[in-house]
Amino acid sequence: MNDLALIGPILAAMFAAATPLLFAALGELVVEKSGVLNLGVEGMMLVGAVCGFAVTVQTGSAVTGFLAAAFAGAATSSLFAVLTLFLLANQVATGLALTLFGVGLSALIGQGFVGIPLEGLPKLYVPGLTDLPVVGQALFGQDIMVYLAVAAVPLVHLFLYRTRAGLVLRAVGENHTAAHALGYKVLRIRFLAVLFGGAMAGLGGAFLSMDYTPMWAENMTSGRGWIALALVVFATWKPVRAMLGAWLFGGVTILQLHVQGLGIDVPSQLLSMLPYLATVLVLVLISRDVARIRLNAPACLGKLFHPDA
Amino acid sequence: MPSHAETFPPVALPPRLELRGITKRFPGCLANDHVDLVLQPGEIHALLGENGAGKSTLVKMIYGVLHPDSGTMLWQGAETTVPDPAGARRLGIGMVFQHFSLFDTLTVTENIALGLDNAGPMDQLAGRIREVSERYGLALDPGRHVFHLSVGERQRVEIVRCLLQDPKLLIMDEPTSVLTPQEAAKLFETLRVLAAEGCTILYISHKLEEIRALCSRATVLRAGKVVGATDPRQETARSLAEMMMGAELSTPERPPQGAAGAARLTVRHLSTTSDNPFATNLKDVNFEVRAGEILGIAGVAGNGQAELMAALSGEALLADTGAVVIEGRSAGHLGPRARRALGLAFVPEERLGRGAVPELSLSENALLSGYARKPLVRGGMVHFARARAYAETIIRGFNVVAHGHRAEARSLSGGNLQKFIIGREILQKPKLLVVGQPTWGVDAGAAAAIHKALIDLARSGAAVLVISQDLDELFVLSDRISVLFHGRLSDSRPTHETTVERIGLLMGGLFGTPPDEDGEITRAV
Repeated sequence: MNDLALIGPILAAMFAAATPLLFAALGELVVEKSGVLNLGVEGMMLVGAVCGFAVTVQTGSAVTGFLAAAFAGAATSSLFAVLTLFLLANQVATGLALTLFGVGLSALIGQGFVGIPLEGLPKLYVPGLTDLPVVGQALFGQDIMVYLAVAAVPLVHLFLYRTRAGLVLRAVGENHTAAHALGYKVLRIRFLAVLFGGAMAGLGGAFLSMDYTPMWAENMTSGRGWIALALVVFATWKPVRAMLGAWLFGGVTILQLHVQGLGIDVPSQLLSMLPYLATVLVLVLISRDVARIRLNAPACLGKLFHPDA
Repeated sequence: MPSHAETFPPVALPPRLELRGITKRFPGCLANDHVDLVLQPGEIHALLGENGAGKSTLVKMIYGVLHPDSGTMLWQGAETTVPDPAGARRLGIGMVFQHFSLFDTLTVTENIALGLDNAGPMDQLAGRIREVSERYGLALDPGRHVFHLSVGERQRVEIVRCLLQDPKLLIMDEPTSVLTPQEAAKLFETLRVLAAEGCTILYISHKLEEIRALCSRATVLRAGKVVGATDPRQETARSLAEMMMGAELSTPERPPQGAAGAARLTVRHLSTTSDNPFATNLKDVNFEVRAGEILGIAGVAGNGQAELMAALSGEALLADTGAVVIEGRSAGHLGPRARRALGLAFVPEERLGRGAVPELSLSENALLSGYARKPLVRGGMVHFARARAYAETIIRGFNVVAHGHRAEARSLSGGNLQKFIIGREILQKPKLLVVGQPTWGVDAGAAAAIHKALIDLARSGAAVLVISQDLDELFVLSDRISVLFHGRLSDSRPTHETTVERIGLLMGGLFGTPPDEDGEITRAV
């Protein structure tokens, strides 16, 4: 009886925990589909988190806060874009540097904001539906950002697979030389994709600091940017699978918290490891299917492009 | 300044395209030097020249990928500039690239949509693709993914993409280098229909027989300059080649083969399985190569050549150690170095990246495979003076045009690098040499030199295996020819007992059903 009552909150918390991952992973998925590997997701999330938080505290408007977070994430990613696309810096090294840069920059910006509480977003309440047992709160009692993240999944899918712009973006990621020969602006398309990825990572970070936790602490993303990167591979570059992956990871995160709460005699460090262990395991399982990776992975992922070469 | 003052009679149609004094300079080289070219409506016009003569640069400028430094372009009599490929397509210029500009994981329809500026909804486009492909005899299934398609089918995708825009000028860059003779014959029919409908075709190829059969005019480029214009039907392949080279062409002769020696390479029941969905698995491949002979393996790219090459060189290790026997020793489990020690040398198809390290100098590249059989390393230390001397020997012996042994491999033209790599292997006096695509993208002069070197090696007692898509080459080189199709290898036939038609049919997969002797199949050229 008691166990059943727990399932509702666990489910609800799972969707919330999955939301920052989903934002960041969808953004990175579009970036990678265009052939760019941006390992700086963690850094962009942190910058988004602190900027969103700071702006919300200053203005009192969460909408302004989220807009600022998206803008800050995109601005951070533009640094990466300029370095890798136009100055032809190595994408892996630049991405790693971007993460380190984001950790430091966010800590600097956030100095005056540590310990300030924030209210978080209002939760939806639909009389009747939200009160449904087990699934009511999970499906009808979330805040707007959770729904936005889920709504972004079909939108990204439709964009990639049903619009001409999406087709061009996939073509650029598949074979940038051929796309260039057909007259597509490879660098411009990639630049826009990287900006989108940055904005989405910024939103994901802001969801953490403005809503999920809600407060600012240094390094508060605690590796979620890396998980988002892994999710993209896990999803074999498909938006719907990225959502399932985010839910799985969110679910394991929440579950291990509850297991700790129940006082089961397992070292808590081991339990905290679980979500990451699950990610590694799933990645290993996915990587065994070489064919699927080869068919979905953008063939030009991480390769530098120079129009005159 | 040549005079362009002549005016056309008012009734005559202006040329479809006229280039006047087009010049393009790259750092360190003048790629096009005041090139003039006139293309009339409905003609099939050949653009000839050796590698590096400036053909690609010129057509890229016509298609708007590059921009001329100076010179004017007249489209149907009106001066114009082509800012980008989309601008070229708006004028009515279509181009089929030598290296296809296709996207493997997208469908045929998606690929074609990418090359159209007004693609419209996908299902309607699929209908238009079916229509055009039927009208011109270019069978295509719009829903298939490109990686499933054969090379010939991929080219059809490119052509249909151009045709959907009702082109007035179609540029074809080396279109038949990857086709079987029968596929090429079908392509020529399509091109002739197009030309009859008034479309101008600018045709780039190094297969001179083809040009003589197909084209009514030819413009010859050498070192960026127009050196001649001619009617190729009045020329011989030899005279065209000499026009391109500006020198006399010496074709190698294959002296009759002596008695075949002992088997140097024996392949028995070689089968492979791969995780890679783009790979072709080999299925029960059997053959042997004897001392003193050249065995040619024909086949359209993607039929297992890369896999066979990897299995022979040791890049892919085999579970069945007896599947590859070199000099009587089972070698299936041995890596490349161990196989080299048994007397194998190999020249992979991919020159930059497999055959040579692009960023290393020629002497370092000479060292990389040469140290096994030449005293270039002593006690783990490189003997640089000897490596340099070895590189210089190769450069002199094989007429490699390069800035000495210090030149980076990637700075050489394809033909010169290939001469260097083949020289590096031959000078090690291998007992067995395996070569993939020895003259792919290599001009006539260098190709003749490479062919001569391979024949000389075989006649000096080595066994030589040549895997190539170029049938003319295999007929020049080989004592026996086999065909690789979908991972299976046909029995070999002595070259003098078979014909291009028969091998062409085998390349299309007709194993075991020999055609009539007089052949109902029309020759490609």
